[in-house]
Amino acid sequence: MSFITRGFSGRNRERDPRLPPGQTLVEDWPVLSAGVTPKIDPDEWEFVIKDETGADHRWDWDQMQALGLEDITVDIHCVTHWSKLEMPWRGVSVDKVFENVESQDDYVMAHSYGGYTTNIPLEDLLDGKAWIAFEADGEPLDPEHGGPVRLLVPHLYFWKSAKWLRGFTMMPSDDPGFWEQSGYHLHGDPWLEERYW
Amino acid sequence: MQHLDGNVLAGPLAGLFAFDVTTASARCAGCGELAMLAQAMVYADAMGYVARCASCDAVLATVVVESERTWISLQGLSALEVPVLREDEAPARTL
Amino acid sequence: MSRRPASWHAATVIAVAPETPTARRITLDVPTWPGNDAGSHLDVRLTAPDGYQAQRSYSVASAGEGTTVVLGVDEVPDGEVSPFLVEDLAVGDRIEVHGPLGAFFVWTPPAPGSTPAPVQLIAGGSGVVPLVAMLSAHRAAGDATEFRLLYSVRAPADVFFRAELDASTGVEYVFTREAPDGWATPPGRVTRETLRTLTVPPEREPRIYVCGPTPFVEAVANWLVELGHPTANIRTERFGGS
Repeated sequence: MSFITRGFSGRNRERDPRLPPGQTLVEDWPVLSAGVTPKIDPDEWEFVIKDETGADHRWDWDQMQALGLEDITVDIHCVTHWSKLEMPWRGVSVDKVFENVESQDDYVMAHSYGGYTTNIPLEDLLDGKAWIAFEADGEPLDPEHGGPVRLLVPHLYFWKSAKWLRGFTMMPSDDPGFWEQSGYHLHGDPWLEERYW
Repeated sequence: MQHLDGNVLAGPLAGLFAFDVTTASARCAGCGELAMLAQAMVYADAMGYVARCASCDAVLATVVVESERTWISLQGLSALEVPVLREDEAPARTL
Repeated sequence: MSRRPASWHAATVIAVAPETPTARRITLDVPTWPGNDAGSHLDVRLTAPDGYQAQRSYSVASAGEGTTVVLGVDEVPDGEVSPFLVEDLAVGDRIEVHGPLGAFFVWTPPAPGSTPAPVQLIAGGSGVVPLVAMLSAHRAAGDATEFRLLYSVRAPADVFFRAELDASTGVEYVFTREAPDGWATPPGRVTRETLRTLTVPPEREPRIYVCGPTPFVEAVANWLVELGHPTANIRTERFGGS
């Protein structure tokens, strides 16, 4: 049984009643990384949705931005227990990219440059719940934080907000992505503390 | 954040095997290279440990540690070579 | 020698002393410690009052039987655990440690009657800690193997475990930022040429241990292979920061 270490309180941590269970507020933005940070050139960046018909829907950088950037303020909750409240972001609503995508599938696998994947139900990405994000805290997203483009799904644990976003593949079933195969929860709702299997 | 190597996995995996698994040899399921797990490139952060092949960067293993449970995936290893030791024997693989 | 299983132990701090401007020697009494091979490490786990835990690995500077365990901890700027260990931890405090760990990066005295190859140790900064354990074990065993240490360090004030190193022969220093007065070589980083001139040559087939920050270890290991050392003769341990 662990005992408390005299004098240790961890880094920058405060309590706040707006936090989901098990979370602690931080003011900075910790970097979590499980591989080499991909370096992606906006001129070469592309976002692709693959649906079950085999059709690809593609947007390059300019095409994606042309869909319309919105400014939003959201709370983010990392499964590793830190939360950042009222954080400003800028991105394209995922509803916009799905406007012309017809799919019978209810689940999405989000793909990152570098190979990571994470699974999300389509209904968690629509109706104003998710964005394809270009800026955070008023600045273009830097590579350490998933830039130039990452997914933003604030109502789920932040590992679902796939960094270095490159596309979505539609799936008929909720197949586990990288961390979900490795022990993390398929869904990831912070309010229900859906952290692990 | 700099990557580490497989030596750092000795702690998280200590209770799961009867020996120090970082000295086990494993073949990468991706490129076929054989190496000791201690020499894998390990990216460690609060989500978990990701061990990648030093030759081809494919993911060999992941270790997720929670207070009551550990999850280990060895998906990227074709096989793991486990030494058989007598109780009074030290592992033979020191240089 | 028997295997030593790893477990969690309660450790009490019995001494702390500055080693360098940023690092500290911490001596622990660990009554349940089974002893450790030279080069082993342990994981330190700290628990905050609300249950939050942080854990990091540290090499053990001591080796052999006994329940006294010595650590050398360098403070990493903005780290979560090392600043606490270097600045706040006090004599009498208790911490949890998991070990001994690591059967890969260890040295054990050779079997009697064998003629082992020379051992070359290469340290970058705080990477010297497990190598100091190897030097101590080598001395304590009265082992006749030829042991050399190449220690790359920023400045004389940054040398860890000076007393232990002064008691050893075969120690070469490379000062990367500031050298002692009268030092023959101007300060500069280790290069492939440094390795070629200051370490046991490949013809003698040394067993090599390299420890330090990841970029140092990888540069040195690559150069050693370029110089002709087989990969199988090189063992590495990479340190991160925090």
